[in-house]
Amino acid sequence: MALRIAAPKYVMVTMPSSSPAIVQAFEDGGNEVIAVQLRDVYKSFGSVQAVSGVDLTIRPGEILAFLGPNGAGKTSTIDIILGLSQPSAGDVKVYGMKPRHAIAKGLVSAVLQTGGLLKDLTVGETVTYTSQLFAVSRPVTEVMERADIAGISDRMVGKCSGGEQQRLRFAMALLPDPELLLFDEPTQGMDVEGRRDFWQAIRGDAERGRTIVFATHYLEEADAFADRIVFISKGRIVADGTAAEVKALASGRTIRATLPSADALSLHAIPGVDQVEIRGETVVIHSGDTDAVARRLLNDTSARDLEITSRGLEDAFIALTNDSIPEFAADRRASQ
Amino acid sequence: MTTQSNLAVALRRPVPPMGGFSLTVLRLEVRRLLRNRLTMFFAIVVPVIFFLSFRSSAYVHQRIGRGNETAFELISIALFGAVFATATGGVMVSIERALGWSRQLRVTPITPAAYIAIKMLTSLVIAAGAVGAVYLVGLAINQVLMPTAVWIITGICVLIGSLLFSAFGLFIGYLLPSENVTGILSLVIMFCSAAGGLFIPAGSFPHTYMVVAEFTPLYGLNELVHYPLVGGAFAWLWVLNCVIWFGLFVLGAAWKFRRDTDRV
Repeated sequence: MALRIAAPKYVMVTMPSSSPAIVQAFEDGGNEVIAVQLRDVYKSFGSVQAVSGVDLTIRPGEILAFLGPNGAGKTSTIDIILGLSQPSAGDVKVYGMKPRHAIAKGLVSAVLQTGGLLKDLTVGETVTYTSQLFAVSRPVTEVMERADIAGISDRMVGKCSGGEQQRLRFAMALLPDPELLLFDEPTQGMDVEGRRDFWQAIRGDAERGRTIVFATHYLEEADAFADRIVFISKGRIVADGTAAEVKALASGRTIRATLPSADALSLHAIPGVDQVEIRGETVVIHSGDTDAVARRLLNDTSARDLEITSRGLEDAFIALTNDSIPEFAADRRASQ
Repeated sequence: MTTQSNLAVALRRPVPPMGGFSLTVLRLEVRRLLRNRLTMFFAIVVPVIFFLSFRSSAYVHQRIGRGNETAFELISIALFGAVFATATGGVMVSIERALGWSRQLRVTPITPAAYIAIKMLTSLVIAAGAVGAVYLVGLAINQVLMPTAVWIITGICVLIGSLLFSAFGLFIGYLLPSENVTGILSLVIMFCSAAGGLFIPAGSFPHTYMVVAEFTPLYGLNELVHYPLVGGAFAWLWVLNCVIWFGLFVLGAAWKFRRDTDRV
């Protein structure tokens, strides 16, 4: 699959052979510190393969989104970066050291997906508690201001809304002033307002140059916030690029028409056609110039009931995280 | 390159001394337990009720070592209360695990050893409440006979000894699902208390029971905390019993803590 680029660069569409020297420098070279380095990482739980051969380099200052459906291996990958679980095979380095050591130094912190809070402490007590566990910590009041929970300091954690609890976790994660901050599905289960407030708090913080990695299955979150998107499906990285490149991938539109006894080869021959799919009497054609294709279909064939739809990011997402379709996408790239 | 030079500074950050152990955290943990009325009821009120119901006026005139039978019973029940308090404190960890708190702690620098130390000390504070309550009631009813020094020494022995079961609570808490762990724990402590001679002195057990009793976790501890009162021959078997059980509980708890974050 041509799309699967393991290089640490953002670029997905350029050929992997374009700059091997640079790739080498980023991975091994010189004095540059790499935030996260995963080499051929595998993780299985019994017979379930959660992570299958992930190679990933995250450089300081990147804001990276792991995007993929539930069960794709996003949480497993984050757990491995955090040292919460040991890879079955492969190598993990965080700032050149073992994950656990990076955490002990307060270089890495995380907002985890599930629970993680004591209901019988107040919000303020929880932040104070956590601040004591680090060798060096930012002031409790400062992180509470930044996470926008200063006003609910005396509230019991059990009485906080999902969004408030998540901002509390964010405040806790800010305490060591980490170089790398990971979020695992940070806005899952939040309402629209909670999600907006949460991202607002994070966006304010990201300007400080921290490396941020978050897992999400909300496309719009990855698109709006990340400058690098890593698609994960079935434990593998299936695409890796900037949000703009992902959008480019999703460009073009789809024509659906009724065309009895359609011939795939002749349809492929129409200029601008990228992909043809025939389902009984229905043909589905993907093209960068649907107007021209539609004109040809209506003029030169017996096609009727034409429907033209744009292929959104959602479709690109589905295509990329579905086993069969990346092949087509790769073909389309190769043919251009 | 600013990022890189800032990083060079960040990479030299220290790790926390004592693995993240902190007195502030200890204070907050104690405050949490004090907020839990049910735990406070079982740790402090129940032992007092036990002491008042188990004692008999006949005990007052039976001498044992440097005091009377009521003093012997007082120490037993204080140990029961303290053990209940420490074990319950340990079991709270299971609830924290269900909440995902232990997972949260794993992304902070705190080490398993520092965490266990904080949990044990928290339990110790509550156990001090349990022992204090039973001993105060013992003073108030004016039927307990033993020298002042023995009051103090046995109180301290019970407190320190009860730590054995703090580790037990941690271990059981990690081992069992949180919904029924408290019930099982109560049963186990009741059984160990009975088998260890806390309710009926082990000295009055038939021989076969006695052999079994010697291997149960509370037997050695119970004999040890009564020693300042009873005196007489000292058996190193009591110490061995305590050391082995304590070691098993600590190892078990640490082992489960390490495995805590492995998802299936």
